[in-house]
Amino acid sequence: MTKEVGLSHVTVEFGDYTAVDDAHLTIAGGEFFSFLGPSGCGKTTILRCISGFQEPSYGKLLIGGRDMRGIGPNKRPTALIFQNLALFPLMSVAENIAFPLEVRGVGKKERRRRADELLELIALPGQGDKRVDALSGGQKQRVAIARALAVEPDILLLDEPLSALDLKLRQHMRTELRAIQKQVGLTFIYITHDQGEALTMSDRVAVMSRGKIQQVADPATVYNAPATGFVASFVGENNMFEGRIAAPAGPDGTAEVDLGLGARVRVQAAPGLGAGEAVQVFVRPEALEPGGTAPNRLTARLEKVEFEGAMRHLLLRAADGTALRVSQVNTGGDAGPGPDAPVELGFAPAQAIALPPSELARAG
Amino acid sequence: MKPRGSLSAFAERNGIPVTLYLLTCVGIWVFLLVLLPQVTMLDYSFRANLPPSKVGGPEDVYTLEHYRYFLLGSSANPDGWNALDIGVLVKTLVAALFVTLFDLAICYPVAFLLAKGVRGGGARLLILALIVPFWVNEILRAFAFRILFGATGVLNETGMMLGLWEAPIDFIGSDVALYAGLGYAYILLMIFPLYNAIESLDSNQLEAARDMGASWAQVHRRVVIPYAKPGIASGCTMVFMLSAGALAAPQILGGPSNLWFTQLVYQWFNSGGNWPRGSAYAIILLVVCVGFVMFMMRVFRVSIGAIGR
Repeated sequence: MTKEVGLSHVTVEFGDYTAVDDAHLTIAGGEFFSFLGPSGCGKTTILRCISGFQEPSYGKLLIGGRDMRGIGPNKRPTALIFQNLALFPLMSVAENIAFPLEVRGVGKKERRRRADELLELIALPGQGDKRVDALSGGQKQRVAIARALAVEPDILLLDEPLSALDLKLRQHMRTELRAIQKQVGLTFIYITHDQGEALTMSDRVAVMSRGKIQQVADPATVYNAPATGFVASFVGENNMFEGRIAAPAGPDGTAEVDLGLGARVRVQAAPGLGAGEAVQVFVRPEALEPGGTAPNRLTARLEKVEFEGAMRHLLLRAADGTALRVSQVNTGGDAGPGPDAPVELGFAPAQAIALPPSELARAG
Repeated sequence: MKPRGSLSAFAERNGIPVTLYLLTCVGIWVFLLVLLPQVTMLDYSFRANLPPSKVGGPEDVYTLEHYRYFLLGSSANPDGWNALDIGVLVKTLVAALFVTLFDLAICYPVAFLLAKGVRGGGARLLILALIVPFWVNEILRAFAFRILFGATGVLNETGMMLGLWEAPIDFIGSDVALYAGLGYAYILLMIFPLYNAIESLDSNQLEAARDMGASWAQVHRRVVIPYAKPGIASGCTMVFMLSAGALAAPQILGGPSNLWFTQLVYQWFNSGGNWPRGSAYAIILLVVCVGFVMFMMRVFRVSIGAIGR
């Protein structure tokens, strides 16, 4: 069974510090939903509110339409997977998995049966009598998931559970987590600072910064149409240019912008941005193309080429000192332009966006 | 010097003087302060009680007389067993065990609160509040308890004033004062091992257990206590050993009819003037206590190495 989770104007204050500022959103039953943001953005606090370790200072938290105020973490239909997993080292694997059943007074035989069933689900059959220490990182991960699933919660909460794993295993576990979610059909709420994780696994992502939710959307929208300067610069790489609206957006949704570095370009913009307003223009490194025929043109001097296997990154500097980054798929042979060469870059209006200036945006 | 073995490696790193100093200190500690007195005591316990003039004479032979006396009493004893002294030993052990459990019950919540409940300044203040009273010396503290629990003490006066009881209650005669005094004397030795053990427990484990539906009682039974077991064993061992071996508190706070086994030892050494018998009694107390602790550790499956952690 799945239940939707509602945050109704949830604010959490610690003394003078506002950890979560007016979070208002609904997570649908069965959804894989991620909170993405840098450390200290309030995402873990939201998770602790949902699990019951933290009461909101203001606002309401609803699970399946029911107000959760005053209901302890042991009475909520949620299960939390901790960053460090928090497996019990003195219990065997099966005892760990069956712990939630044990505290509910389920008999020993039934507990063991259910533990074996869950071990089957996480592809660790027959490993129930092992010590937790004897498992590898990925196996521990899966035991933690099995333990959380033992009492069939409605909502599974995951607090950066993959951060301790190495890169290969992390990528593998992403796929696996997603598969487990599809299989059990629960609502997964996932906390991470790793955009790769958030984008690959989630149905929807909430991007957070300094306690505020910046955008709630599906991964493609978050990447292609960031709602704020913070989202544009935090999710993926981005080139940022300061500029001013020269002509407000027309019916095609694009506006003309004078860039600080001395070029006039046509980019996506909200209709509300009037002529003369300061904006920040974001262009993805992979949207910038040396040469080409795109209508927006920039000139910059090549400083360095970073080679990264599948990709190649050109680091350039415009005449006014703005640093630029261009990412190209490595096609082999072509060595590309030499150092110090002037390079003309083009990008399409559809691949650039002008947003109101944000101090949280940092140039990619 | 050939760089061989950990000692020569240590000497090479820290210099010969430091090494010699350390070796001397450890040697004095182990040999002079621990081993020698115990061995002497052991030797004494097997000797006959002779006036100084006869020491080294033909009558100065090894004997089991004192151990026999502890078990069977004087040769004139009709019923065969030295029920009095054995009774005192058993009573001492039971009482020490009671004091230990009492301390464990009091200290566990305090240690848990200290380790997981309070943060920063609060914890420091609580530790200070625990330690400072122990600046008052033991004898003084024992007398303070006597005054507190006496017939005209604060407790009785208050109780009678409030009309809770009519006549003064004999707290001292019924050993309430003794248990309270002993229990209080060793709380730090219980709190700190517990605190050490619990403090290193990952707090996420508590939250994980809570999150999975465990009540607080279940969290403690299944997560905290198993984890803190070495600390519990360490604290209990210390409190038990020291309670069983306490002298000042039983002397001052014990009821007139109540003897602690250490008081028997003291009597043989002093008023009894029988050092060998006192030694034998001390050795008996030591062996029985160590045996009992080992047995309890076996029962609760704690290894001796775990206690040192």
